[in-house]
Amino acid sequence: MSGEAPAASIPTRLGGPLVAIAAMAAIFAVAPFVGIYPVFLMKALCFALFACAFNLLIGFGGLLSFGHAMFLGTAGYVCAHAAKEWGWPPEAAILLGTAASAALGIVTGLVTIRRQGIYFAMITLALAQMVFFFYLQTPFTHGEDGIQSVPRGMLLGALDLRNPLTMYYVVLVIFLAAFLLIFRVIRSPFGQVLKAIRENEPRAISLGYDVDRYKLLAFVLSAALAGLAGATKAIVFQLASLTDVHWTMSGEVVLMTLLGGMGTIFGPVVGAFVFVSIETYLSAGLTVFGYTFGAQWVPVLTGFIFVICVLAFRRGIVGEIGAWWDRVKR
Amino acid sequence: MTIFGIPTQALFGQLLIGLINGAFYAMLSLGLAVIFGLLNIINFTHGAQYMLGAFCAYFLLQFAGMGYWWALLIAPLVVGAVGIVIERTMLARLYKLDHLYGLLLTFGLALILQGLFTNYYGSSGLPYQIPPELSGGINLGFMFLPKYRAWVIIASLAVCLGTWFVIERTKLGSYLRAATENPALVQSFGIDVPRMVTLTYGFGVGLAAFAGVMAAPIYTVNPQMGANIIIVVFAVVVIGGMGSILGAVITGFGLGVIEGLTKVFYPEASNTVIFVIMVIVLVLRPAGLFGRER
Repeated sequence: MSGEAPAASIPTRLGGPLVAIAAMAAIFAVAPFVGIYPVFLMKALCFALFACAFNLLIGFGGLLSFGHAMFLGTAGYVCAHAAKEWGWPPEAAILLGTAASAALGIVTGLVTIRRQGIYFAMITLALAQMVFFFYLQTPFTHGEDGIQSVPRGMLLGALDLRNPLTMYYVVLVIFLAAFLLIFRVIRSPFGQVLKAIRENEPRAISLGYDVDRYKLLAFVLSAALAGLAGATKAIVFQLASLTDVHWTMSGEVVLMTLLGGMGTIFGPVVGAFVFVSIETYLSAGLTVFGYTFGAQWVPVLTGFIFVICVLAFRRGIVGEIGAWWDRVKR
Repeated sequence: MTIFGIPTQALFGQLLIGLINGAFYAMLSLGLAVIFGLLNIINFTHGAQYMLGAFCAYFLLQFAGMGYWWALLIAPLVVGAVGIVIERTMLARLYKLDHLYGLLLTFGLALILQGLFTNYYGSSGLPYQIPPELSGGINLGFMFLPKYRAWVIIASLAVCLGTWFVIERTKLGSYLRAATENPALVQSFGIDVPRMVTLTYGFGVGLAAFAGVMAAPIYTVNPQMGANIIIVVFAVVVIGGMGSILGAVITGFGLGVIEGLTKVFYPEASNTVIFVIMVIVLVLRPAGLFGRER
């Protein structure tokens, strides 16, 4: 999105962000010991990774995908099937799920990058709906029930993932590794070319860059990382279901990224945590003026946050903080 | 009697269902195309506004005792007025920004509307009777044609052709087309473009509500009725391209028929056939069948 130049919030020095990433890792490492449930943290981390993968495409490539749930869900189904039906160990199942999403990313990417902007959003949405119907009808996904009671298993034959704390740290390591990879990609020459394409595609073409190849690569990378999130989520919750391929999931990841700050490094993580917190609170039931709001209000609230973000809060939480910090420093 | 091993009764039955679905695809994609032409916004709320039209008809019957024909007149006006309020208070603030923000805003509005109606009315759907004038059917010899379904096809064709006539053949339409090409220039000729934009959005939304009223007796009044159809309509728009009004109408009806025939010959693919066609069109003709690159 070229409207607001979110890239400005990325400092050019390396030290600052690396310190911030280290601080984030430290916070997550101690979080289970200050009374935050590992299950909540794992869910939030999976969505944070999903949102970071999505942000790579919109924030740095300017491509709004409205169908990213297909990658989350595909990896979840493939991973769950491999772990449950074939008895694969978790690390192999997660890798297979990620690879499946990457492959889907190549196929869909070749089609979608032919159009830009609004069309790109509509095409990704339509393709994701096609994938949804496929999973609805194909037998291995077990339709409405989903693939249930997926075994967590032993990671590398040594770590028992049935222990929630062990599982949590494995999720954390996966998240941090993917986060560092994204951080590295954004700052590589490849990331710079992506930004150039976002800002001015004809100019990037005239400079001799094979724009389609860069876009496709970014799309596949984003699909694979979204898949990694989906596969990990399937192992954590021992479930792969239609919820993860539905278009509402594609909308939710857009919201998390928009709320946290598109094109910022930490925005998607913040957005995912805020969103999962809201969802968790609402599921428990929130009573206001004697009326109890339950989980069925999540879509309505999601819609309101969308409207407010777009009208008044386009930089998102992290983007606004960054802008405020820039003003203070001056 | 059979054709290609399929009983003609089933074949023509699905063909008719395809034409009905096509009528709704055509009306909805027409509204989307008109709105997109002038506002450069993909109206994600279109499905929710279609649903609002159906609910408006239901409320008119429940609380005011007004039947189908009144609803057909009043619902588009009411929902169109709601659309005008949305355009004035929210969409108008976004025209200077990236067009994707319009998509995100209207997506949020769609979630709010669908969520509210689902919470209050459930997702099972409320019945709405076919008006007595159109109940029953005609036996054509090779098939039984319910009168209401014939009416939907004829009425939607009339609405689509009427819209085409207004936009392509009248003075007002020529202003509209000119403003699509170059709003600043049209405004400098003394035409109130912002008001035209508002009314265009209201008209497009009213068209969705009109389709919603027509759909109420066929599909029941359901809060989620717009959510599923809007994604298919997006694919229809991508296939047809946004360049031409007639293109949207032809693509809408054509894809409805193809979808209906798929139900006869290969039912497993009936949900996905439109998306598959979209992929093929994108590979062969990225701008769409009737579109032009812009």
